[in-house]
Amino acid sequence: MSDIVLEIKNLTRRFGAFTAVDALTLSVNAGEVFGLLGSNGAGKTTTIKMLTTLLPPSAGEARVAGFSITTQAVGVRRAIGYVPQAVSVDGSLTGYENLLIFAKLYDLPHREQQARIAEALEFMNLTADAKRLVAEYSGGMVRRLEIAQSTLHRPKVLFLDEPTVGLDPIARDAVWKHLINMRANYGTTLFFTTHYLEEAESHCDRMAIMHLGKVAALGTSAKNSRLRLAAATH
Amino acid sequence: MTATFIHPLTGFIEKTFVITEFELRKLRHDFTELITRALQPALWLLIFGQVFARSGAMHTGNIPYLDFIAPGILAQSVLFVAIFYGINVIWERDLGIVQKFLASPTPRAALVLGKGLSAGIRSLSQMVIVYGLSLLLGVKLNWNPLALLNVLVIVILAATLFGTFSLIIACIVKTRERFMGVGQVLTMPLFFASNAIYPTTIMPGWLKTISHLNPLTYVVDALRTSMLAGSPSTFGPSLDYAVILLTTTILVFIGARLYPRLAS
Ligand SMILES: Nc1ncnc2c1ncn2[C@@H]1O[C@H](COP(=O)(O)OP(=O)(O)OP(=O)(O)O)[C@@H](O)[C@H]1O
Ligand SMILES: [Mg+2]
Repeated sequence: MSDIVLEIKNLTRRFGAFTAVDALTLSVNAGEVFGLLGSNGAGKTTTIKMLTTLLPPSAGEARVAGFSITTQAVGVRRAIGYVPQAVSVDGSLTGYENLLIFAKLYDLPHREQQARIAEALEFMNLTADAKRLVAEYSGGMVRRLEIAQSTLHRPKVLFLDEPTVGLDPIARDAVWKHLINMRANYGTTLFFTTHYLEEAESHCDRMAIMHLGKVAALGTSAKNSRLRLAAATH
Repeated sequence: MTATFIHPLTGFIEKTFVITEFELRKLRHDFTELITRALQPALWLLIFGQVFARSGAMHTGNIPYLDFIAPGILAQSVLFVAIFYGINVIWERDLGIVQKFLASPTPRAALVLGKGLSAGIRSLSQMVIVYGLSLLLGVKLNWNPLALLNVLVIVILAATLFGTFSLIIACIVKTRERFMGVGQVLTMPLFFASNAIYPTTIMPGWLKTISHLNPLTYVVDALRTSMLAGSPSTFGPSLDYAVILLTTTILVFIGARLYPRLAS
């Protein structure tokens, strides 16, 4: 049995009378690649926002790397990386500067900052473009920079909200290659959301299909017929 | 993990300067903004100031009217630039930038004060512009280095104050349209209910009371004393500084509480 790094119990979020996430219960093991699949409005982003301490839950609880999202938010924040659904790097800074500011905010030791940044740039294939303004980057480069930025401090869990949306198949493969490398090198747990069954199928260890705020199906592989059915009907 | 223990206060100060540093780095390509910002103080001093100075309508004691309003126009242009600073944060929220910072362990107060302080340093351009115009118009400026330093500090503090206020508005209204609306509604009353272009002594009682609750009045008072030779302070420099610093502290505190609302 591996260690549980993410433990979600009855996690609920209401917006007025509307329940966006409805008593979600899940656990994810350390080093796992876990996909949350669901159509628009299923509650994927709301779930990630609660797990990253951006949105307080209406009910329920979750522990990330052992820290409670409600009472130990700073501990959670130190242990995670987050790539939001929308673009999250700053176009008016260079790629290098976008990394440098996060190296400083996460208290990376001074001596290590430059080496870490150089390594991250190399790893994400961005070394040649490090000194360019991010406003000039392509969509694929932006996503790779975002992943570099959110993993600079070697988080235990990396949350990615639709990491490959809007990318062409080649850029998509490049992003996944880097993510899988990340897990192999640092044991990072990946928790990501997607609309695409094929993407979840080819990269996840396990996945959950979310519908109307609830887990409609959970399994190790989409070849599982119940999952197929759930994916087809939702 | 590699994080070492860092005292909360040192951490807070360090992170504030990190945020400020990178906010300022973003300005490198923004020369057009500098030019457009020079326009408003130029209009006020060259047109409004000259006309009213000629008419002799304002009684400003031994100080010529143009000299009297030069610090007022500096305060006003700092206010106008800083009060719209928060729009940047709405841009960053519409992307995912604010969310990413909020998911990091950076203290919320450092995110707010760091941005406020960068508004403060950005507004030093207004000091240069207003000093240049004043020189051109023959305003008798005080060139004592200590007085200059005092003006510099007040300008930074004032813009930090109004920049932080602007961030608070952004956290509450969350959209660009509403933000611009609120900003426009607030600037004129703040400006006119102050001692920027006329002394409070000529105001009706109710306006005078309001002007004494307006932080801009204390900013103008502090600037007027340091910028001009031989202009005594109405409230005294310590009260001016106390009001400005206390207001900023309260605003940073409120801003830190409201900032996470941008993520939801
Ligand atoms: N701040 C909010 N106020 C009110 N309703 C909200 C808010 N945020 C999300 N919702 C609602 O909650 C539901 C779930 O939204 P969420 O963004 O979590 O879906 P999602 O699965 O990420 O969808 P998508 O695939 O489109 O990104 C939606 O119906 C949405 O309208
Ligand atoms: Mg979403």
